[in-house]
Amino acid sequence: MTITYREALRQGLREALASDPRVFLMGEDVGKYGGTYAVSKGLLEEFGPERVRDTPLSELGFVGAGVGAALGGMRPIVEVMTVNFSLLALDQIVNNAALLRHMSGGQLAVPLVIRMSTGAGRQLAAQHSHSLEGWYAHIPGIKVVAPATVEDARGMLGAALEEPDPVIVFEYPALFEMKGEAPQAKVDIAAARVRRSGSKVTLITYGACLPKALKAAEEVDGEVIDLRVLRPLDMAPVLESVKKTRRAVVVDENWRSGSLAAEVMARIMEQGFYDLDAPVARVCSEEVPVPYARHLEEAALPQPEKIVAAVKGLFA
Amino acid sequence: MKVPPPPSGPVPFAPEVSRAFVADMLRIRRLEEKCAQLYGEGKIRGFLHLYIGEEAVAAGAMRVLAPEDNVIATYREHGQALLRGVKMGAIMAEMYGKREGCSGGRGGSMHLFDAAARFYGGNAIVGGGLPLAVGMALAAKLEGERRVTACFFGEGAVAEGAFHESLNLAQLWRLPVVFFCENNLYAMGTALERSESQTDLCVKAAAFGMATVKADGMDVVAVHEAARGACERVRAGEGPVFVEFQTYRFRAHSMFDPELYRDKSEIEQWKTRGPIHTFTARLKAQGQLTEEQFLELDRAAVAEVEAAVVFAEAGTWEPVEELTRHLTAP
Repeated sequence: MTITYREALRQGLREALASDPRVFLMGEDVGKYGGTYAVSKGLLEEFGPERVRDTPLSELGFVGAGVGAALGGMRPIVEVMTVNFSLLALDQIVNNAALLRHMSGGQLAVPLVIRMSTGAGRQLAAQHSHSLEGWYAHIPGIKVVAPATVEDARGMLGAALEEPDPVIVFEYPALFEMKGEAPQAKVDIAAARVRRSGSKVTLITYGACLPKALKAAEEVDGEVIDLRVLRPLDMAPVLESVKKTRRAVVVDENWRSGSLAAEVMARIMEQGFYDLDAPVARVCSEEVPVPYARHLEEAALPQPEKIVAAVKGLFA
Repeated sequence: MKVPPPPSGPVPFAPEVSRAFVADMLRIRRLEEKCAQLYGEGKIRGFLHLYIGEEAVAAGAMRVLAPEDNVIATYREHGQALLRGVKMGAIMAEMYGKREGCSGGRGGSMHLFDAAARFYGGNAIVGGGLPLAVGMALAAKLEGERRVTACFFGEGAVAEGAFHESLNLAQLWRLPVVFFCENNLYAMGTALERSESQTDLCVKAAAFGMATVKADGMDVVAVHEAARGACERVRAGEGPVFVEFQTYRFRAHSMFDPELYRDKSEIEQWKTRGPIHTFTARLKAQGQLTEEQFLELDRAAVAEVEAAVVFAEAGTWEPVEELTRHLTAP
């Protein structure tokens, strides 16, 4: 049975709430409104207001409360409406959630899951469209995952809730209507995965860029690797693929400077340099705030044509 | 600000309870005097924020809490940690950076933790502990447990968004949390009237519909009674309470502070309100404490500090190979 990415997210939430009484969902408009993107629609009626908890517009306060509730023995799922808003909560994520275990000498644990929608492609303009996965993936002490398929949209949440430490789940509104199979309630959140086999070039990507990379791969005989887990990175499939294709392009919606792509490229250079026949290339977002106008937004983002052009550049 | 007269009047406690309060305050005072000395000797490094002058707050408040309650404090938390039951040796070893420290040497003075004592730090982001306290109280409520979460913070935190967001959430959800605001009049070097348009902090909390209490933070009797009333209310399920303790720090903000922002005369005036000597004078006046008993308590505190130093000196350094241990669960 095929379902949409959105339905898969909802199914994952429903399964999480049903399977463990310590799990509760908290965030802005997750209850009565049904979720900004209708992801949590119906869950309030099913699980009640204690477990599907609407919050005021207090990102710092309720994300911090999620950290505290995790310390107190619960398994909170905190929804931040969009990654741009998570900047208001950054202190609690970086200075508490990520640090408490290490700073306390291993005494405390923060089994918290933070979900946030991220990325552009829906003409939501600069304050609702950014792609900051690389920032979060910079921080030791948290795990960062990016479901790019319907299967992962359902199954990553259950796996994240089993982690004893904080996990950030990035969800992609650009993919919400995408359809696919989601047979498993839980998937691994450790490994990168080959999404398409190919022989000429390795395209490494994650999140909303996966369909774009897959499209480009058709044209250039690319092997596409979905990183899935952005921290800690699983480089083994990437290096194995590069050994075969001898060329790599990283496709990442982050801004180019200091992007997650930069980290992936550096690791390929460190660990696979002698397998390469060409410098590693990348296709990232242009270094501008994401604009509203459709043609400008499209121009700001990685697109299949840009990926194809980058690949061709490696053979020039 | 006009300095109020020293705390006075009869002490309503049983003599042994009164003496326990004296002992509590002396333990903090002697510990921190030693810390200052050890800082000068280079044994303790980093930031060191002393609580000297404010001991009545931790002493008066901590005795109303039960073992199952949660405590969250700030980077000026030596007193709260000690009176919550963290061993003095483990606190001192932590300041030395030793493995035997209460945070394994990872935290230092500003990040004392003890999960067994339900002491959750040691937070060095001003206001950073308040959302945590709200979350811990939410967990207790959802789990149906009667524990109270006590959150200590300074008046500087009142200017942070975290304060307002946290008080709103706590009151909105009627959470079992007590906010203990230690108003020592200075956020580092910025006086309250230089940073707040409304200097009556209880008015701010009351704006959320929260019950508030104001107490003289230099008087352990007033602190204890205010804290007890607040915690009883919270424990009874009547929602959170905000308590403002008006206190004063006798020492610099940290060991790097030349104190350019306040007059020596102001400090001297506040010292006449010192929590230990004013309380012991009242006890002596009503026959609850003799000089010999006081000296005995003081000797015990000094001996405990000496033993803590010996413990810390004998402590070991965590092998560098363990640097990344505890980053995530094993």
